[in-house]
Amino acid sequence: MKRYSLRGLKVVSLAVYFALMVFPLLWIAITSLKPQKDIFTYPIRYWPETLTWQNYADIIRVSKFQIYIANSLLVALTAALIVAVISVLSAYVMARFSFRGHGQVMLGFFLTQMLPGFISLGPLYMMMTSLDLVNTRFSLILMYTVGLIPFSTILLKGFFERIPKSLEEAAMIDGCSRLSALVRVILPVMMNGITATFIFAFVQNWNELFMAVMFIDNEALKTLPVAMNSFVMKFDIDWGAMSAGTMMSVIPTVVLFAIAQRYIVEGLTQGAVKG
Amino acid sequence: MNGRLSFLSRRRLAGSRNSSRKFIALSLLPAVLLVAVFTYYPFGRGIVMAFQNYTLFDLTNVRFIGFDNFKGIFNDPKFLDALTNSAYWVFLSLIFQFVIGLAIALMLNKRFRGRGLFQGFVFYPWALSGFLIGLIWKWLFNSQIGVINDLLLRTGLIDERIGFLSDPQWAMFSVIVANVWYGIAFFAIMLLAALQSVPSELYEAGSMDGAGGIRKLFNITLPYIMPTVLTTTLLRAIWIFNDPAIIYGLTNGGPAGKTHILSSLMLDRIMYGGDYGAASAIGLVMIGLLLLYTIFYLTVTKAGKLGDF
Repeated sequence: MKRYSLRGLKVVSLAVYFALMVFPLLWIAITSLKPQKDIFTYPIRYWPETLTWQNYADIIRVSKFQIYIANSLLVALTAALIVAVISVLSAYVMARFSFRGHGQVMLGFFLTQMLPGFISLGPLYMMMTSLDLVNTRFSLILMYTVGLIPFSTILLKGFFERIPKSLEEAAMIDGCSRLSALVRVILPVMMNGITATFIFAFVQNWNELFMAVMFIDNEALKTLPVAMNSFVMKFDIDWGAMSAGTMMSVIPTVVLFAIAQRYIVEGLTQGAVKG
Repeated sequence: MNGRLSFLSRRRLAGSRNSSRKFIALSLLPAVLLVAVFTYYPFGRGIVMAFQNYTLFDLTNVRFIGFDNFKGIFNDPKFLDALTNSAYWVFLSLIFQFVIGLAIALMLNKRFRGRGLFQGFVFYPWALSGFLIGLIWKWLFNSQIGVINDLLLRTGLIDERIGFLSDPQWAMFSVIVANVWYGIAFFAIMLLAALQSVPSELYEAGSMDGAGGIRKLFNITLPYIMPTVLTTTLLRAIWIFNDPAIIYGLTNGGPAGKTHILSSLMLDRIMYGGDYGAASAIGLVMIGLLLLYTIFYLTVTKAGKLGDF
């Protein structure tokens, strides 16, 4: 009897949790599909009588959403690719070799995750100005790459540590150089880890707002978050358009995350539970 | 292969010491160089700015002014509000994220049909940006036609609408709710992974000793996952403290600066005021608090128990 009610409690709790997590985004989705007049009618209509893509059409017509999406894709993908290459190398070295300064480098990477990074925002703006990089997509690619190197290195280091050393030693005895042993033998084995790192980096880049707001104010170069940010200021009360914009911003990352969730979770957690 | 390398090949590996030194240097160079130049250098510059008159609109007049920036911020009521708000923000967000996250992890620990799908649906806030989460909740909390007000009215829990974001008494509560919503997934995922690593023999032994569910939770499960609990709460507290994105999207510090925390106030000084000196002074106070917190935390929890994250 007692066991039975405990199970009931669990089912109910999980259902409530499910509803609480899903509802906010679902509500944005519903709002984005409502005709303008239905959004502001009272009492609130929980399920609209007519569904329409009008809000999406409007926001694409009024602003340059396709350009923002293209900019976001370009910046996020490029930076994630560069991060993956650079961090695979640094993580491999950190996992496989001990050398003077090893601990300091690791600490240096760790600390970037703990310090209030926005202290650098002002100085970075001055740096970008003197490098003539303000209002370039390159400034974002550069900064996103830099920002994700430490975390990606820590993440990938964990994956490398789970692969036995003998694997590349065997390849090297067969005449491979260390680099080709890494590329031909090790990387194929840890494709999951690299994919997880890449997707994580992509999602972070896709979402980044504050640096993009600081460095970019040219309409043609804006990324999605920057566009949404100016959107909030211009159309604060147009919740139909805002919801449509929000949906277009989150769908790519939510879908990606759902697909890769297992690998990302594996990658993020295995370090934490090793001890 | 392992441990059975021939003498010849051992020598070959050892002989490549020089080349492997070169390999280490070249592989690390891009990562270390980039982080040094574009993370630590501007960070150092930022710290120096805390002692300078450094505003974007008065760049010809950059000079050292000692502790004037600090005097300035400590005389600013907004800063003092942000200081107490930061404490509420971190403490309440962390407690609720952790407790709910742990409860969810415990309930998901036993395999059931559809668990994977369930996780796919409930853990997605991880993929959202804090800024957009702020916007989403701004719509939910809307005082005129917000759905939360509507539901509370319909169920009779309230008689008149609450200005969740415009009423200073409610605003801080509202931003914390959004933050809790966002952060549960982090703890649920981390703690679930830790729970899955608890050896089942421990539970069997516990059952033989006649331990019930609650006893097992406190005597077996929690002690076993303690290293993960300590690491995740330490890190999470620091991240919550540092991250202004949800507040920026939801209230932008309003009404009248009542929901600023230190990091959102610092951001505000940079983005709208262009006062890099004052922002840096706030940042230095934050570093001081983080240091104190970390030392205190490690002392109280005995650092040795921390898992190596």
